[in-house]
Amino acid sequence: MPGEQDIKRHIKSVKSTQQITKAMKMVAASKLRKTQKAAVISRPYTEKLEQLLEHVIASLEVKTHSLMIARPVKNVGIVLLTSDRGLAGGYNTNLLRMVATQEAKFKDVGIKYIAVGRKGFDFVRKGGRNLQEDFSNISDTPEFVEAKVIAELVVDSYEEGMYDEVYLAYQQFISTIQQQPVLKKLLPIAGEAGAAPSEYIFEPHRAKVLDVLLPKYIDNEVYHALLEAKASEHGARMVAMGASTDNANEMLEKLALSYNRARQAAITREISEIVAGANALS
Amino acid sequence: MEKVLKLQIITPEKIALDQEINSLVVPAFQGLMGILPNHAPLVTGLHPGVLKYTKEEEEHFFFVSEGFLEVAKNTVTILADAAEKPREIDVERAREAKVRAQKRLKKRAKSLDVARARLALQRAIARIRAAEHRE
Repeated sequence: MPGEQDIKRHIKSVKSTQQITKAMKMVAASKLRKTQKAAVISRPYTEKLEQLLEHVIASLEVKTHSLMIARPVKNVGIVLLTSDRGLAGGYNTNLLRMVATQEAKFKDVGIKYIAVGRKGFDFVRKGGRNLQEDFSNISDTPEFVEAKVIAELVVDSYEEGMYDEVYLAYQQFISTIQQQPVLKKLLPIAGEAGAAPSEYIFEPHRAKVLDVLLPKYIDNEVYHALLEAKASEHGARMVAMGASTDNANEMLEKLALSYNRARQAAITREISEIVAGANALS
Repeated sequence: MEKVLKLQIITPEKIALDQEINSLVVPAFQGLMGILPNHAPLVTGLHPGVLKYTKEEEEHFFFVSEGFLEVAKNTVTILADAAEKPREIDVERAREAKVRAQKRLKKRAKSLDVARARLALQRAIARIRAAEHRE
């Protein structure tokens, strides 16, 4: 049985750990709020852009843009959005497990990764997978320019023919306590051509507008995914840290009990020693 | 006939402007383009530049990065990567960006994406020009 001092030390260490987990939980909660706010703000832009894109594509007679034409799939690219740091429960593990299972689907094609976040980078490197590029230190509330750098790399690589399909793998934000790992196709861009003629005038012409509109759409898709991934990360970390704080509480209760027991045992022992001593004297 | 039209400037990070205005001049792909109330439906791309609109006889300026403009139902919607009021512009940063872009274009490294470097230069110049219109 551990002595009083040992238990006391243990209690102290659990308490200080609990303080850290508590602080991390609170920090994650506030970051989550900020990220969610950014996601809400980005909605009007996304809606308008999607509406415009759908409209332009529908007015085309045939799909003409290289970002829209499906090619026979020989090489795929996966943009893997993970966190830089751990202590976020199953956030990274669940996503990477999903990606590992999905790899089986691309048996006869080459897969290359664009890793965003340290954990994904480790997954690619340690698993002996192919890496095109890695990004880390994405802001806690991602900025559009950060997404743009990634999106431009993806679009360029696609147009050069390095990839025939590009996917985004990330944790979709469902609620604070729930995330869903998803593998979403980014390129080629889907859409029905020839659905409806347009009443719009296009300046200078449709193809030119499409030339700029499609990469913008990709920028925005990546931005959106970054926001979702970050919101999920903050949510997962908040829940994980909340659970650790609760666990620490439970542990402290048990430790307090055994500390009291040890103390009482010591007192009882002392009393019996004194009594024995007194008896010996008389 | 309406005398005003609605102007919305939307970026992924904010709604930069949402106002009723009287007229608008934008840096469109084919040069400056003026838009008045009751314009026909239109979609065009925008270069980074300075946008000018008038409201109650007063001129206002705005920096817009590359993006799009849609006119429909007497509403002009501008989707841009970034949009800033003249007083929100960080001129120092724009000057640095301008020098950086010019250097890059001069050196012409093999890996240089000329179109992108040009865009960066245009953005920097547009920011500096828009900032001259601080109220």
